[in-house]
Amino acid sequence: MPGRSNETARRIAMLRDMARIRAFEQEAVAAMRSGEAPGVVHPSIGQEGVAVGVCSNLKRADRITSTHRGHGHAIAKGADARAMMLELHGRAGGSCGGKGGSMHIADFAVGMLGANGVVGAGIPIACGAAQAIRLTKEDAIVACFFGDGAVNRGPFLEGMNWAALYRLPVLFVCEDNGFAAFTRNSAVTAGGGPAVRAEACGVPATAVNGEDALAVDAAASELVARIRGGAGPQFLHAKCYRWEGHTGTDVAAYRPAEEAAAARERDCIRRLAAVLEAEGVPGAEIASIEAQAVAEMQGHRGAAMVAPWPDPGAAFSDVQDAGAPA
Amino acid sequence: MTRMTFAEAARRALAEEMRRDPLVWALGEDLVQGGIFGQYKGLVEEFGTERIVSTPISESTIMGAGLGAALCGTRPIVEMRIADFTLCAMDELVSQIAKVRYMFGGQGRASLVVRMPQGMWRNSAAQHSQCLEAWLTHIPGLVVVAPGTPADAAGLLKSAIRSDDPVVLMEPKNLWTAEGEVADDAAPIPFGVARHAASGDAATVVTWSACVPVVEQGARECGIACDVFDLRSLWPWDEAAVVTSVRRTGRLLVVHEAVTVSGFGAEVVARVVEAVGTGGLRAVERLGAARAPVPFSPPLENAMRITPARVAEAIRRVAGA
Ligand SMILES: Cc1ncc(C[n+]2csc(CCOP(=O)(O)OP(=O)(O)O)c2C)c(N)n1
Ligand SMILES: [Mg+2]
Repeated sequence: MPGRSNETARRIAMLRDMARIRAFEQEAVAAMRSGEAPGVVHPSIGQEGVAVGVCSNLKRADRITSTHRGHGHAIAKGADARAMMLELHGRAGGSCGGKGGSMHIADFAVGMLGANGVVGAGIPIACGAAQAIRLTKEDAIVACFFGDGAVNRGPFLEGMNWAALYRLPVLFVCEDNGFAAFTRNSAVTAGGGPAVRAEACGVPATAVNGEDALAVDAAASELVARIRGGAGPQFLHAKCYRWEGHTGTDVAAYRPAEEAAAARERDCIRRLAAVLEAEGVPGAEIASIEAQAVAEMQGHRGAAMVAPWPDPGAAFSDVQDAGAPA
Repeated sequence: MTRMTFAEAARRALAEEMRRDPLVWALGEDLVQGGIFGQYKGLVEEFGTERIVSTPISESTIMGAGLGAALCGTRPIVEMRIADFTLCAMDELVSQIAKVRYMFGGQGRASLVVRMPQGMWRNSAAQHSQCLEAWLTHIPGLVVVAPGTPADAAGLLKSAIRSDDPVVLMEPKNLWTAEGEVADDAAPIPFGVARHAASGDAATVVTWSACVPVVEQGARECGIACDVFDLRSLWPWDEAAVVTSVRRTGRLLVVHEAVTVSGFGAEVVARVVEAVGTGGLRAVERLGAARAPVPFSPPLENAMRITPARVAEAIRRVAGA
């Protein structure tokens, strides 16, 4: 586009990734509900602005660790969405060859060191990744995503202290969607919350509205610059809301419908779209970006449904070299 | 060949590996101070605090950071201080490290060593004396190594460091000060190859870790010539050597410090029976601990201990049966 600023172009790219994440997860949830895709998915619909706001400040060499709700982080870091959809369907050619599924998506080629089925488990891994990066003098940082539920696990305390102690290049991103599975996290969390706990360990915390992708982007940009400059770990506390239930089949009867409806009104994608329109990006262009995202992910789902299953023999490979299954 | 302690052999082997490969580093509590058994003594002077890292008492993160560091191309030595404290890091070991290669379809590997000295030592009581090797041989993805001599401490540590698999190395706490001959610049010892410690036809005796010198002494004292095998690694383990021997002797005794019930001895016996058939066996016995915690007071602890005399009696029973 003639006359379009770099900043606008960057924001359009953010919108595209947010739309792709949403479309991916809508297809994934539908595939899970219809039984096409086995197992469960944990959709992050409504939280796309956090993943994209953070990852648009990362380079390919940077690493991320993720959670059970990790599709958005993976796509925002540049993971191959078709391989991810194949993985969710348990098919050959999936990101993990069908051995991981939704909860264990990884794409090491783009520095995505794995979703994780254990709450909080990515925190120690991120610390070690940062230590290795320092030891090998690599020019990279680590972003570590976790939910508000993780702050009640021991590895959270250990990891905050550890990262601060060694001044590691880690951006901790707490996606505070208010719920840990079926429980409102405030009902099981004492004290001042995630940011206060991080600061108590010496990790400076910044609060941001996670439903505003540009606010996340601005905060992450500042924190990532500090980390690259050697300031040590930083903590980003992003408030957001999980539109769907805990999993694709959870109807979330434990919360008022109006609360979820109000969150949908605060849609991070529409919010960014409105900013872009105000900057002169035509509504038709935005609609086309969203339509392309849906078409892409529908295409991936269609491909996944007809993709071959993995060879059953693969169940016994990649266990270990010494003492591998006979 | 030089005569040295188990701890010194392990320390030298680690130093040699760290000189050979700049990606090898160690993290754990009190490492800068030399580790609690002196197995890291002086290493910080040579390698600095970036490669000999003293950590907070944060077992989950010691273990989990080891994994993150391995996924970013380094080869960490994760020091658990003693095996009992691994229980504070079981998720990181069992559900993260052991699974990462498989779960991610081979994209990444946890090429690291987890050292966890184990067993009875100086009346340490129930929370500092456990032998938990059978918990870990049960976990797909892990290699489990249990040296019983200074030479093996060196050679197996080198193999563990060079292995692309995650290796759990369980040093016997009671043997850190035991002495033995160790080759200068000791060669790595392959996993799954037992040391044939003594030869004889009366029975096949299988052991590992702290029970190695105890069994060797017991076998000598009873004067019955047995085939004695120090397995050295428990997964993989040298089934072929043991089965071949039992085919000849028809008698099998397995000795370990761990609780007998569901101990690794049960696996050894089961595999041998599957291989030679019940008709091929005239006597089988496991000698291990009662299913009781390890007590504190010396006479109580001694009541729990495997001694050369108890090994000699067991050999007599098995050989005479
Ligand atoms: C250690 C552990 N305990 C329990 C669970 C089961 N579980 C999976 S997700 C979840 C809720 C996590 O909440 P939060 O960290 O806020 O992440 P969110 O689901 O909101 O993204 C729980 C309890 C688990 N996976 N791991
Ligand atoms: Mg939550």
